[in-house]
Amino acid sequence: MVAAGIGLWLAATNPSSFQKTDEFMQATKSAVLILSDGTRFPGRSFGFEGSTSGEVVFNTAMTGYPESLTDPSYEGQILVTTFPQLGNYGVPPQDGASGLSRYLEGSRIHCRAIVAQDYAFHHSHWLASEPLDQWLRNERVPGLFGVDTRALAKHLRHHGSMLGKIIVEGCGEPELYDPNAHNLIAATSCDQAVVFGTDGSTQPLGNPEELAPDADGRKTVVLVDCGIKHNIIRCLLRRGVRVVRVPWDYDFNRIPKDGLFISNGPGNPEFATATIDHLRTAFKDGKPICGICMGNQLMAKAAGAATYKLKYGHRSHNQPVRMLGTERCFITSQNHGFAVDNETLPADWEPLFVNMNDGTNEGIRHRTLPYFSAQFHPEASSGPRDTEFIFDDFVKML
Amino acid sequence: MSLQKKYRKVLLLGSGALKIGEAGEFDYSGAQALKALREEGVESILLNPNIATVQTSEGMADRIYFLPVTPDFVERVIERERPDGILLAFGGQTALNCGVELYRSGVLERYGVDVLGTPVQAIMDTEDRELFVEKLNQIDVRTISSEAVENVDAALEVANRLGYPVIVRAAYALGGLGSGFCDNDSQLRELVEKALSFSPQVLVEKSLRGWKEVEYEVVRDRYDNCITVCNMENFDPLGIHTGESIVVAPSQTLSNDDYHFLRSLAIKIIRHIGIVGECNVQYAYDPESMDYRVIEVNARLSRSSALASKATGYPLAFVAAKLALGFGLFELTNSVTQCTSAFFEPALDYVVVKIPRWDLGKFHGVDRHIGSSMKSVGEVMAIGRTFEEALQKGLRMIGQGMHGFTGNRPSVVDDIEGALKSPTDRRVFVIADAMEHGMTVDRIHELTKIDRWFLYKLRNIVDTTSELRGFNNLEAVPENLIRKAKEQGFSDFQIARAILKSEMGCAESAVLSVRNLRKTMGIVPVVKQIDTLAAEYPAATNYLYLTYNGYQNDVEYTGDHRSVVVLGSGAYRIGSSVEFDWCSVNALLTARKAGWRSVMINYNPETVSTDYDMCDRLYFDELTFERVMDILELENPHGIILSVGGQIPNNLATRLDSQGVNILGTSASCIDRAEDRHKFSAMLDSLGIDQPRWRELTSFDDIDDFVAEVGFPVLVRPSYVLSGAAMNVCSNPDELRRFLQLAADVSKQHPVVVTEFVQYAKEIEMDAVAENGQIKAYAISEHVEFAGVHSGDATIQFPPQKLYVETMRRIKKISAKIASALQISGPFNIQFLAKNNDIKVIECNLRASRSFPFVSKILKINFIDLATRVMLGMPVERPAKSAFDLDYVGVKASQFSFSRLGGADPVLGVDMASTGEVACIGDDTNEAILKSLLAVGLRVPKKAVLLSTGTPKQKADMLEAAHMLHRAGLTIYATGGTCQFLHENGIPAIKVYWPSTPDSKPQALDLLHNREVDLVVNMPRNFTGTELSNGRQIRRAAIDLNIPLLTNSRLASAFIRAFTTIPVDKLEIKSWQEY
Repeated sequence: MVAAGIGLWLAATNPSSFQKTDEFMQATKSAVLILSDGTRFPGRSFGFEGSTSGEVVFNTAMTGYPESLTDPSYEGQILVTTFPQLGNYGVPPQDGASGLSRYLEGSRIHCRAIVAQDYAFHHSHWLASEPLDQWLRNERVPGLFGVDTRALAKHLRHHGSMLGKIIVEGCGEPELYDPNAHNLIAATSCDQAVVFGTDGSTQPLGNPEELAPDADGRKTVVLVDCGIKHNIIRCLLRRGVRVVRVPWDYDFNRIPKDGLFISNGPGNPEFATATIDHLRTAFKDGKPICGICMGNQLMAKAAGAATYKLKYGHRSHNQPVRMLGTERCFITSQNHGFAVDNETLPADWEPLFVNMNDGTNEGIRHRTLPYFSAQFHPEASSGPRDTEFIFDDFVKML
Repeated sequence: MSLQKKYRKVLLLGSGALKIGEAGEFDYSGAQALKALREEGVESILLNPNIATVQTSEGMADRIYFLPVTPDFVERVIERERPDGILLAFGGQTALNCGVELYRSGVLERYGVDVLGTPVQAIMDTEDRELFVEKLNQIDVRTISSEAVENVDAALEVANRLGYPVIVRAAYALGGLGSGFCDNDSQLRELVEKALSFSPQVLVEKSLRGWKEVEYEVVRDRYDNCITVCNMENFDPLGIHTGESIVVAPSQTLSNDDYHFLRSLAIKIIRHIGIVGECNVQYAYDPESMDYRVIEVNARLSRSSALASKATGYPLAFVAAKLALGFGLFELTNSVTQCTSAFFEPALDYVVVKIPRWDLGKFHGVDRHIGSSMKSVGEVMAIGRTFEEALQKGLRMIGQGMHGFTGNRPSVVDDIEGALKSPTDRRVFVIADAMEHGMTVDRIHELTKIDRWFLYKLRNIVDTTSELRGFNNLEAVPENLIRKAKEQGFSDFQIARAILKSEMGCAESAVLSVRNLRKTMGIVPVVKQIDTLAAEYPAATNYLYLTYNGYQNDVEYTGDHRSVVVLGSGAYRIGSSVEFDWCSVNALLTARKAGWRSVMINYNPETVSTDYDMCDRLYFDELTFERVMDILELENPHGIILSVGGQIPNNLATRLDSQGVNILGTSASCIDRAEDRHKFSAMLDSLGIDQPRWRELTSFDDIDDFVAEVGFPVLVRPSYVLSGAAMNVCSNPDELRRFLQLAADVSKQHPVVVTEFVQYAKEIEMDAVAENGQIKAYAISEHVEFAGVHSGDATIQFPPQKLYVETMRRIKKISAKIASALQISGPFNIQFLAKNNDIKVIECNLRASRSFPFVSKILKINFIDLATRVMLGMPVERPAKSAFDLDYVGVKASQFSFSRLGGADPVLGVDMASTGEVACIGDDTNEAILKSLLAVGLRVPKKAVLLSTGTPKQKADMLEAAHMLHRAGLTIYATGGTCQFLHENGIPAIKVYWPSTPDSKPQALDLLHNREVDLVVNMPRNFTGTELSNGRQIRRAAIDLNIPLLTNSRLASAFIRAFTTIPVDKLEIKSWQEY
């Protein structure tokens, strides 16, 4: 049954290249995720061989691991993907002009580790520049596979998000690290205020009061970076506005502008007191303000409402939200652990969107002034793009 | 709820008989739609002649019409029922085409019937290629540049302009009928001519062979809210029809950008077209960039949507029906979690693989290549937590003797590179061969264009296999290797074969050794739920699968022995189809009603039995001994029912019994006594019951001796077949030699069963239910054709109309003897031959048969309910009613799919060839037979008939029918001998010539090509297929040109008698409930 034609490629093959289980077991070290309640989830290590610790959260998205890994909102977290196959399409090139990545959401990996059922040691995609394994090694981020991530997700759903550590065989055991005890917004925000050119290039803002109107007549939007996903910048630039990006605690009220945009960001909104204070001032100004995710929470807090921590957060691509008072519903991408308490909204504010699964707040708006925000991610990346109209609505208001 | 209009009564069109391209998925869709109507209190009328379906069961629709799904019949039902709405999206292309025609002819408007859901204009925009391209051009969405033509010359011009290769498609056709790739003018000419016979319009387009094929299932409500429920990626690249492809859900090789780019586009498209309900969008996607083309949009439920429903747990058809009634998605609840909204997109935490099932081996001369036209007859869906696991499960599920990706009998492909390049139904196993020979992933990718990601995963399996082969005894194999193998979906058998190789000895005990070994290592599968939200919300779902990739069960087993496990039928195939789904569903319902936890094991996504609300627990998993045992060890059931799912579960009886499983109903040893030819035959002898003489023989000399004793013709069944049909009737020594030498091996290892073939005998079926050997209920039905046509292809009438009372009495007596001897408790079926009043038993199955739903529905006594009650030990009364009380008759007719099986000779024989069936009811045989034959696509001729009536005996049989044709004013064309015979008997006929004398005119083939005849009756002289070329060319042309064809004199006579006796418009329109 050996056929004509086989000879041609038999020569090209080296049977010894077959990876044997023993070698494989040696090549990938055994590792275990131990949650703060003591529950153990054993698996094997890939990516960087090192132990780590953080808050363990799960995401049910079926695509988008490069975007998630670089999303600053995951700062300090160990990301569990419930989709069982990880790494299928490798990692896109990490290029982009002046720190604005072309394909990713941040300039580095923010997750502390990634956990999956199965890792594809061979990826396949035309855009891939390297395998996920290599990228994780480069960025010194451990990966764990062979874990029953469904059992893990169920555990977190039942007991709530909790801290955990990944211990890789022979790599020591770290202390438990609690990201929520730190100001992660400060850790992930930018250092310097910059002005974006149309091509994504940046130059320092200089003296804020002296920012001249744009030579091409573009409207100016000040974008407060609380740990921003790059696609928010890309979405604004695509709509022909001039973006001025400022650090989270920058007094943006000093900058002449047509509108204000508050980005997403990691962790607990309580830490962003500086931003909240500046927002209170901005609310007196009457110029359009829009917020996303952390931006929603900070605007709510500035307005006088309270936020609280969700049991295990919303992290997925399939969160249904409804625009209140309408029959318009949207599938949204989400990644947050805290939420706005609708009951505490002052009288001149109202909920704008509601989560159709659990009824939590998904956005607010001012009853009379052009201030509104979304808890979900209209910039998507990763996830569905059905709510990108929020950027259009904002830009129209300028 | 804010309905725009409250509908009172809605007509739902079914899809008719199962056929290639239109199968069980529409029973599932229709059944869900009916549930939705019922939930909203809307009166439902169902028109569907497919009597074996679940949707045509009692309690599903308020009224059911077993009538052809054609505009004239639908109109008459509308006239009678006066519905205010009609649903067209749930009965496949058949219902859709019928609905569009009713809309165009003004019938719907005349009777004030609203089309619910997607408007007809939107349907037409998606069906008509030119409208479709224009529509998508309006929103700058790319389609495959194609041009519609209406004749061959125009097609040639377009093809030469676009450049070869091109693809040709028939507009308004289902499952890619009449479509294909052409590399040159002559291929194009051939294909276009064929396609034009099905459709007035043919599309010629540039081929994108090698691109990825990706699909999205999209839902939209009337408030413009949209979701994509699932996307799917074809393992096979563009060029192979989706129905022929291995399909993976969700996509595996698309990045987030790819996924959401195509998703957004799909939503944009359905908004623009104006779908209300469900549709799918198919893309060709460049593997080297983000370039794409929209291949098509199906504005209806489809095979893909049924698959997407099962793959995600999202009940697409149910939701689509609700949306058609005017609901918004936000008003509906996720029926899996019961606590979240139906407006969401399922998140999967597993991998789903769909694999088609082909039965090409059953057909003489069929082209085994797979391409842009669908040939598969069924499919399986496998669920795992790695691609490797799901794929290997799936390859076992297709049920063609494969053990997974590796560990199979070496294939007999000579030219692996060639076979990779032009794929056949065996392509995936050719990849395994290539890898075993060391061919690189890159080279295989080059030849097949299958994405490297899939190939690397397949190579993981090959690598693990070769690692296992490095060991020679089980004890030496490290635990982590066995675990890895199981995580990659290896069966115990595969592991045993890789390690023990030719030393395996008894496969069953080797498999048990592996099982015991891994259990001592703690390597057992875990049960996971399909919950639509990847564990994000708690779900009370009973939709389950097993995996080795995990360490925790989602289900808590209490060991309460309250489960009754029903084994389903597996993949639909020729010989086992929707009828066993009906049986399985009814067994589940009865068990549930009786207070048991009903548990289903099945893996066929086209079924209702795999709908998770039909039972208390659904294991969407394999029906292998290994997996069934895994489940039974977890479930600890009261017992298991394996007599309602056809032959697959039945075959497990002995092995399950040997493990101490409580088999409900007839005992395994009695099942074995019926299944084992020798034991059964000896039993018949001891009971004094006659059977056709047969012998199991191991040499040609012995065969000759036996044939000398019984005489020709004989039925020959080799135990090992190299290729071609598994059995054949041989009429003379030449045929016998040729069949045995070409088709099979004859030896001690591979004996041949030779059986006396009784000609001109009636074939009779006994379907019955017995309790402890006593018959409780029975139905005797009669074949229209003489024995020699497989019972699955035969036309069957019930109650019998032409049997002697004496014959019936003898059949009852013999059946009672057999039931008693085998101590039958449950369903069974016996097939008889009757000639005069001599009765011979030809087969006995101690399980439900294909005809159970038919006789149950005609008699209005549910045989499966009775049988299940017997098996559960409940008291069963003998029903008061008998077939003699019926003042109507049911006729079951078979649906053939020869038009899709290019090259296959459309003749009937001892091997089954039909893909589906219908049954209609009439006040007499003529009425019932006419309705049912119209329902399988025959049309009453208006102009002329071409007769070639075979042997003298057949000619004589057809004489009366020929008179009737003549009296009906139809022109008769006839070939040589037939024409002479007709003239001798005073029937005018015009002589036409066979293709073998091409210079004589008129040519029979020309008549067909010029459409001068609208019925062809062509009898092969014998069953051997040697008298091929002339008759075959005529038959094949009739099929390819879509001209009704009959090849059996008894059936042809019955049809002709029927349509010359009752005009079609005088056929009575009565619902099932009114009979």
